[in-house]
Amino acid sequence: MRIIVCLKQVPGVTTVKIDPQTNTLVRQGIKNIVNPFDTYALEEGVRLREKLSGKLSGKVTAISMGPPQATEMLREAIATGADDAVLLSDAAFAGADTLATSFTLAQAVNKLGYDIVICGRQTIDGDTGQVGPEMAEMLGASFIAYVSHIEDINNERIRAKRMVGDGYEVVAAPLPAVITVTKEINLPRLPSLRGVAKSKSAVIPVWTAEMLGVDKGRVGLSGSATKVIKVFFPQRVQCGEILKGGIPEQVSRLVDKLREAKVI
Amino acid sequence: MEYFFTEQQKTIRSLARRIAEERILPVRAELDEQEEFPWAIMKDLADSDMFRVFIPAEFEGLGGGALDLCLVMEELSRVCSGVAVSYAASALGSYSLIEYGTQEQKQKFLPQIAGGKRLAAFALTESTAGSDATNIKTTAIKKDGGYVLNGTKQFITNGGEAEIYDIVALTNPEKGIRGASVFIVEKDTPGFFFGKKEKKMGIRASATRELVFKDCVVPAGNLLGREGLGFPMTMRLLDRSRPGVGAQATGLAQGALEAATDYVRERVQFGHPLIALQAVQMILADMAIAVEAARLLVYATARTIDSGAKSFTEESAMAKVFASDMAMKVTTDAVQIMGGAGYMRDYPVEKMMRDAKITQIYEGSNQALRTAIAFELRKRKARRE
Repeated sequence: MRIIVCLKQVPGVTTVKIDPQTNTLVRQGIKNIVNPFDTYALEEGVRLREKLSGKLSGKVTAISMGPPQATEMLREAIATGADDAVLLSDAAFAGADTLATSFTLAQAVNKLGYDIVICGRQTIDGDTGQVGPEMAEMLGASFIAYVSHIEDINNERIRAKRMVGDGYEVVAAPLPAVITVTKEINLPRLPSLRGVAKSKSAVIPVWTAEMLGVDKGRVGLSGSATKVIKVFFPQRVQCGEILKGGIPEQVSRLVDKLREAKVI
Repeated sequence: MEYFFTEQQKTIRSLARRIAEERILPVRAELDEQEEFPWAIMKDLADSDMFRVFIPAEFEGLGGGALDLCLVMEELSRVCSGVAVSYAASALGSYSLIEYGTQEQKQKFLPQIAGGKRLAAFALTESTAGSDATNIKTTAIKKDGGYVLNGTKQFITNGGEAEIYDIVALTNPEKGIRGASVFIVEKDTPGFFFGKKEKKMGIRASATRELVFKDCVVPAGNLLGREGLGFPMTMRLLDRSRPGVGAQATGLAQGALEAATDYVRERVQFGHPLIALQAVQMILADMAIAVEAARLLVYATARTIDSGAKSFTEESAMAKVFASDMAMKVTTDAVQIMGGAGYMRDYPVEKMMRDAKITQIYEGSNQALRTAIAFELRKRKARRE
């Protein structure tokens, strides 16, 4: 079974600074981490391969679209159980929104060949949760979102439990399929010493737009339907009135004001 | 400080630290409180290949030496030495097998230990044989192509949890300790029972239990090395393992130093953080000096072993004694400069102080080891070296 896991490198912080001049993210001095939701996707891919071993031969390939330094993240994916990895990197891919990203990833997935693609439910920087479903649409594959447990999988179909607003659903779908997973699905393992040794010597191919044979108008900024007009902080407005004086005085003034406003 | 680690050693150290911080730290206080064996963490350590570190490459290990193992011990102990000793006991239970086992014995057991599927343990101590290890009473009498074990081992780390036990017993009781031999005994062997589970002062995540043998029949193929060599084999095993206790002590002292440093930078008294007080600075600096000195002695000893030295009794005793005495002092000082807060279970240093005590006691009490060091000094003088 051909298992592909999509990973994204994101800034390892909870608050980011925006450069007021350029309206872009200040990335200097910020350590990149693998998008936490994607670690569950990788773990599930590796577990699938382990579970199926003996019955089906499995291979887990980690892919990412990003700058050259994303290679390090892919190396760690190999240290943590992926068999190999491919980086999609090209100046032409820069500035991609979810549409262009999904398109690019889908081309790579097609080129690799696949039975199942596993993604995290969303990234912690973009937070859209769109790349998984968009990719499934472009690939013409089945799609299950928010998977919290894979109940069964064989060469032809998958049955999975997915989280919905007020409970869960059990969904079956034919393969090939794309799924996005939630953090309830597993506890991701840490790298292993043998994995680290393997990852150090692993060759991680870098695929460019040309190698994917894609129309440059459909990738990166030019392939994006989203145009960022402006990024700004909401203006802080001081409003409201602070009542002063002793407690009885404040209470009577508050009551007056509430009456004025016809609240009471 | 530059420690001149190999790439592999750097990887081992950083991965062990990551396991300690991500997996052990969140449950450390709970494991201590509940006195619960850390099975989930043992699985994490196994998944990360940590049990392969001390197993030769031909038996699915990574063929690491004493220093590699010390680095794992130090990093795990920096967060919880109760967890660390559970890991280390598996190494202790494997050494004799690695050094004296036949190809067949190694093939049977070492890959299981390397994969972390089965834990190992080592059992020497008995109620009559603590520092006087020669006074063991457990017997292993040859009968019908096997050995019949009778006796009780005491204070055995990983007792009840491990599945592969390295047991020292008398095959020729008349010869006393010169009639001792070492056996591999598997859990669930008929006649092998677990007795009292100890309630300890520290390292409470680890299991310490009695092993009871009542007419327990062990196949002759489970004898390690030769009959009668049990005692020298065991002494050599302990020489090898003592730097690991030194590393444990160094790691836990490092943890206490870091916790205390964090605290005194934040705690304000007399209008300043505590670290602004020279009285505190002096203590903190002495703690840091002591930790570093112990670390270097432990590393140097481990490297001596890894260099293929024939005898390292003295070095290994020194590393263990110095590091464990240091850890007791450093953890006590950490509690002292953190004051009332340090004494409370909300902070980790009181646990570290409790955990430190055992490092002065087990694998040779520091007094017994000083005697051994003095004996080596006398021997050397007599040889005019």
